[in-house]
Amino acid sequence: MTHNANWFLEYAWLVPLLPALSFVGILFFGKRMRYKGAELGIAAVSLSFLLAVCAGFAWIQHHDDVGYQAVQSSTQWLQSGGVEFGAGVLVDGLSVMMLLVVTIVSLLVHIYSTDYVGDDKRYTHFFAFLSLFTAAMLFFVLSDNILQMIVGWELVGVCSFVLIGHWWEEKPNSDAALKAFLTNRVGDVGLIIGTITLFFAAGGGNTFDTIKINEAIVQGEVGHTALVVASVCLMAAVMSKSGQFILHTWLPDAMAGPTPVSALIHAATMVVAGVFMIARLYPVFFEGMQIGGSSINLMATIGAVTLVFGGLLAFVQDDIKKVLAYSTVSQLGYMVMALGVGAWTAAVFHLFTHAFFKANLFLGSGSVAHAVHSFDMKKDMGGMRKFMPKTYVTFIIGSLALAGLFPLAGFWSKDEILVGTGGWGLFGGTGGNGAYTFHLLMGLFGAALTAAYMTRCVYLTFHGEFRGDRSHGDPHESGPRILVPLYILSGLAIVAGFVNLPAGFQLVGDSWTERFGHYVEPYKSSYFPAIDHATPSWSLAVVASVVALVGAGVAIYYYFVKVDRLADQTQQSLTELPDGLSKSNGLAGAGHKVLVNKYYLDHLYEGVIVAFTKVPLARAAYWVNQKVIDRTVDAAGETAVLVGRQVYDVVDQSVIDGFVDGSGRVSDATGEELRQINSGKVQNYAAILFAMAAVLAGTFLIIFAL
Amino acid sequence: MLLNQFLLLSAVLFCIGVYGVLARKNGVLVLMSIELILNAVNINLVAFGALTDNVAGAVFALFTIAVAAAEVGIGLAIVLLIYRNRRSIDLSEIDLMKG
Amino acid sequence: MSLLAALSADADLYVAQNVFFAVIAVSMIYSAVRVVTTGNVVHAALWLVVVLAGVAAQFILLGSEFVAVTQVLVYIGAVVVLFLFGVMLTRASLGDDESVGDEKRGMAAVVGVLLFAVMAIALIDSFEDGRLVIETPQSVNAVSDAIFSQYIVAFEAVSVLLLAALIGAIVVARKD
Repeated sequence: MTHNANWFLEYAWLVPLLPALSFVGILFFGKRMRYKGAELGIAAVSLSFLLAVCAGFAWIQHHDDVGYQAVQSSTQWLQSGGVEFGAGVLVDGLSVMMLLVVTIVSLLVHIYSTDYVGDDKRYTHFFAFLSLFTAAMLFFVLSDNILQMIVGWELVGVCSFVLIGHWWEEKPNSDAALKAFLTNRVGDVGLIIGTITLFFAAGGGNTFDTIKINEAIVQGEVGHTALVVASVCLMAAVMSKSGQFILHTWLPDAMAGPTPVSALIHAATMVVAGVFMIARLYPVFFEGMQIGGSSINLMATIGAVTLVFGGLLAFVQDDIKKVLAYSTVSQLGYMVMALGVGAWTAAVFHLFTHAFFKANLFLGSGSVAHAVHSFDMKKDMGGMRKFMPKTYVTFIIGSLALAGLFPLAGFWSKDEILVGTGGWGLFGGTGGNGAYTFHLLMGLFGAALTAAYMTRCVYLTFHGEFRGDRSHGDPHESGPRILVPLYILSGLAIVAGFVNLPAGFQLVGDSWTERFGHYVEPYKSSYFPAIDHATPSWSLAVVASVVALVGAGVAIYYYFVKVDRLADQTQQSLTELPDGLSKSNGLAGAGHKVLVNKYYLDHLYEGVIVAFTKVPLARAAYWVNQKVIDRTVDAAGETAVLVGRQVYDVVDQSVIDGFVDGSGRVSDATGEELRQINSGKVQNYAAILFAMAAVLAGTFLIIFAL
Repeated sequence: MLLNQFLLLSAVLFCIGVYGVLARKNGVLVLMSIELILNAVNINLVAFGALTDNVAGAVFALFTIAVAAAEVGIGLAIVLLIYRNRRSIDLSEIDLMKG
Repeated sequence: MSLLAALSADADLYVAQNVFFAVIAVSMIYSAVRVVTTGNVVHAALWLVVVLAGVAAQFILLGSEFVAVTQVLVYIGAVVVLFLFGVMLTRASLGDDESVGDEKRGMAAVVGVLLFAVMAIALIDSFEDGRLVIETPQSVNAVSDAIFSQYIVAFEAVSVLLLAALIGAIVVARKD
């Protein structure tokens, strides 16, 4: 390389090294430190963040000087049979962007955690693994070969296991951790097979180097069949890691971990690893899935299905974190779909913006939960805006950004994904890699769903009357160490979208548009497929916004107008009770409260009509005034809730969860022989292991040797 | 001599070992079967070392012997513990992992 | 029998070695079968000694004398004694009363045969023409040089592993 790359790019490996060192430091000396190791973790991640920022500027400089040319510095790790196993860092726009996202979210999560888990008995341990988690993800994104990526991938998995099971004394928590870990193992099989396939097919059997593999594929030196196998296997890994449909069930369960961990997992580290891997090995998927010039493919369809299913499931959750968890599933669906339709920049950009607003929402929900000591929106929340106005504002900003309303971050990235489908043929906006009309429609539907379930979430949490336990006094606003990260993240949720204004955006000069894509997408480099870029379209942006607004509007009408009015009615009866629920009639008060809550439940889940028969006055007024709208809204609300409930009950809980959880249940039905599989006897497992190893080896034998 | 005669002998030993691991109920006997498997591997290592006239095969066979010694130590300790807790080392009675 | 045909076509036919190999191999296989089928635990340990000694003899045939000596010292000297101690300490039934279900044996046999079939096909397919020409036995010098230079890290790791196993075995088996 003639150009002498910048110091910050060549020494980017310092970024993951610092948190890794801090992990060791905290583990050994944390308990003796003044702040029990938190200060070491924060210091290390802050330094990493500074280095990442410098690397960001250095990359822009480098890019302006020599164009998109990755900086790779690697060393030999080990050598075996003539194959060199390298270890090194690959710094390009994508990894620099990931460094920035991971370090900033991690830094804020670290700060937030000092308050949130402040009196936890494993405080030091928590910070140690927070550092390791960050280090693992940074290591993963900087990997310059696919073998190293596996190492990072597994490290991230292990850390998530430890952190989800942080409060392992309670059985559900350790179960959730195990579930996350085991579900990911399923995908890891795909990852390993995919890696091996790539090594032999694209690496020529002597290199794992990412760039070389990508270049070989771009130059068409690799057979199509091998790429199909590799991309499908890697897709399985992505499905488990990034919570795509069928293998997403671990993700909501992972909410058992402490909230800062959820924020870290969902925003910056664990789940985006899968998306990052697709982005990093994009030629494999682009050729393997035949993305260009098509109108349907496996990846895009998985993404589209995931985004709609995730959105529907978010409707019926009572746990605020589970709403956000399913929302993450849905947003990851967007990213995967975008990659599947060839909108690489849109996907990565959505990853970037999503990290900020989802971290914001998670930390906000943690702030609320910290105040009421519960995550149950229906039982213990409601009316929180009076107690926590600051959290409320940040949460609203995050929700608006997630719903994709102009001009917040989510609007720009979601719009770009929709444009990228190439399915919008009206008013000049089109192009892209094919006509993915179905995916465009799913994306639009998902946008409406997103807006609607976030409205519901905001209403249940922050509006109406407080339904929680007031015996310990009113909940109060969180402290500055929780609020400051929220402010920063909501600020980012507002502005993050502006870094990639669509091309041809008439309000600003051309030098301001597509900065993100320009610096991040390796479009002109040798290791990226020749994808087509779609042309942004005003009409689609307007339609998408309208769809989101309609979704939000329906939900607002449903909750803020109708439910609120009902709440007002019942509130009169509520206020008749003595304040504070004194001990003498506390039982009666509590009983009444339960009734009210039950009433809410009926109202929310069995439809407005049923509820209205109980309040004839309001019903009459509405039926006279707004008969038509009413019906539409009722139908929409009911259908959404019904479908969501149905999907949740039947598909998610019974079919998929049952499928994933209980191989035992299935085998019960298929008879005695098969039931022995789950007998718990070690030797039966060993027999299956050996037999399967033999079958696998036999298969390889038949394929490769005979 | 043919390389294959050693490799096939090793394969036979390996499979007998696998049979023992799967069919035996007594924990100590299972450990003995594992020793058969490890020895099969050692024959392979040394045979390939002889084929390529390379000392690495012998070195790794030595390492395997060391690891096997450690494995037997730990394995017997575990068997002892199981015996102390359950008064039996019948592996077919141990099904804590039953789903 | 392509194997036999290949044997007889072998230019450097090591008759004595091949005879020894066959005798040892047959006795090893027989003993190994006894190890996994005999009902008596002590007998099984003794049959295991025969297998291990056979392995040592094969090592000598392959010219790795040092490995053969180590095999005898460590395996027959230490490991088998450990096994016998294990048998005594667990007071495992010494008589012929080990009853294994038939279906379990069947399953194990199927798995074993399947595994062997796959391995045999793969081996015959890939190493059909592998000839072993052993003129001089491997010198202990070369082995020790390799261990203490090229494989020093692995050697250290193994020593740490042995230490860990020692401590682990004590921790696991200790009464308290």
